[in-house]
Amino acid sequence: MTVQTGIQPISAVRRVKDRLVQVLVYLAFALAVIPLVSVLWLVVKNGIGRLDMEFLTHSMRNIGARDAGGGAYHAIIGTLEQVLLASLIAVPIGLLTAVYLVEYGEGGRLSRTISFFVDVMTGVPSVVSGLFVLAFWILVLGMPFSGFAGALALSILMMPVVVRSAEEMLRLVPGELREASYALGVPKWRTIVKVVLPTAFTGIVTGVMLAVARVAGETAPLLLTVFITDSINNDPFNGPQMGLPLYVFDQAGRPTDTAIDRAWTGALTLILIVMLLNLVARLITWWRSPARRR
Amino acid sequence: MAKQIEVAGLDAYYGSHKAIEGISMTIEPRSVTAFIGPSGCGKSTFLRTLNRMHEVIPGARVVGKVRLEEQDLYGAGVDPVSVRRTIGMVFQRPNPFPTMSIFDNVAAGLRLNGRHSRSELEGVVEESLKGANLWNEVKDRLNKPGAGLSGGQQQRLCIARAIAVRPQVLLMDEPCSALDPISTLAIEDLISQLKQDYTIVIVTHNMQQAARVSDRTAFFNLAAQGQPGKLVEMDETSKIFTNPAEKATEDYITGRFG
Repeated sequence: MTVQTGIQPISAVRRVKDRLVQVLVYLAFALAVIPLVSVLWLVVKNGIGRLDMEFLTHSMRNIGARDAGGGAYHAIIGTLEQVLLASLIAVPIGLLTAVYLVEYGEGGRLSRTISFFVDVMTGVPSVVSGLFVLAFWILVLGMPFSGFAGALALSILMMPVVVRSAEEMLRLVPGELREASYALGVPKWRTIVKVVLPTAFTGIVTGVMLAVARVAGETAPLLLTVFITDSINNDPFNGPQMGLPLYVFDQAGRPTDTAIDRAWTGALTLILIVMLLNLVARLITWWRSPARRR
Repeated sequence: MAKQIEVAGLDAYYGSHKAIEGISMTIEPRSVTAFIGPSGCGKSTFLRTLNRMHEVIPGARVVGKVRLEEQDLYGAGVDPVSVRRTIGMVFQRPNPFPTMSIFDNVAAGLRLNGRHSRSELEGVVEESLKGANLWNEVKDRLNKPGAGLSGGQQQRLCIARAIAVRPQVLLMDEPCSALDPISTLAIEDLISQLKQDYTIVIVTHNMQQAARVSDRTAFFNLAAQGQPGKLVEMDETSKIFTNPAEKATEDYITGRFG
């Protein structure tokens, strides 16, 4: 056996392995992108035709079963109001829970219990949160079907996502910054409000947007709590509302081509709204980031 | 402004582990006191007990007395927040607040502790940055982020931030260990200026630095790994480095261990 010394060229085996893994990685990437792109393509292709002013400004009131025209204004309003209300409920609670877990819990029994239940809530099927609100809010308390009931169901789905992402972001804030603040004689609560939360701000916004994107497309909980209507109802606290996922569900179930077209356009509108919200969030984080001022 | 610190029979724990034991010393006002000793001997832990930063770590506690001019810092009803306002601290690694500008970093201590007028803040910020020898370098970019400065500048920014709240004592935990020699020199010059007004305590691994900047030096050591750290001796710096009373001190400063 000869002992080889010195620097050697890359062996043929390693070259082949390198190529092979490279091909596999690209293949995996392509496989992941294909469904994404094809869904987007299909929605745009089928939905772009009806994406006009009438669709964005009219409801389905007095549109007969075979009529063309009609729109999703009532559903857009409903989705925006429901998601906004759900965020107003879920974001503060979720954020405060995350602050408790990271800053005050210190791995104690209560914080471990909360963590456990947040994990459990993450896995709750969306229809269950809708059933819960239906059973508790509407049947037991006797409240009417309303956008707000839908928002309650959505907030149950949002909360664990907000808690988890905010918790991760708060944990990323270096302990040194907290110590620097304490050493200046700043009380703990002010340190959290003025140092920890601003440092984690961009990450928290991203997490909230993910949560919003998740619940904006939920259909099942709305079906049980918001009901379905063809008319505009601007009041989320009273009477049945519409939501874009419901609208898509409703229109897609109708037997005419015009209804199917409206369903596609409704889906496209929903995607556009979520994209727009994401864009706004990115603008906010860019505007707040320290890099901008450099 | 500067005040004397007196420590008597102080032990500090991390959970059930005793990190330092039976430390008593007097730290003189308007002077620089250096803590030296091998790694893990409890210098930094002891430093952090002086402004009640030790107890920030979960499970950490302190037994014994620390008096700042007759006031017991660990007495019942003493607010740790106000202790830290009186005894400032500079850390090993520069840690400016990343979301804040240079101006806001220096003003942070005041701003986070209550309302101040803009002109008052501007005065304090300028004075503190001048005090930290940083004013000339940053006066034209006060609204740029503090994290954009060099390491040495960031550390001086942190010193400016610490002196902006007008503490009576300034604790420094290896303030130069992450810095290059030129920045180190700048900080050392600054320390000798600051001692006109403040009581300064500095932890350092660099014995030349202790010899250069300090008036008095305390040597800490631990009997063995896992044992609590103890104060071996404390004296005039010149005496510690030329004619120490204890054999262990001599062994350490001549580089025989540690």
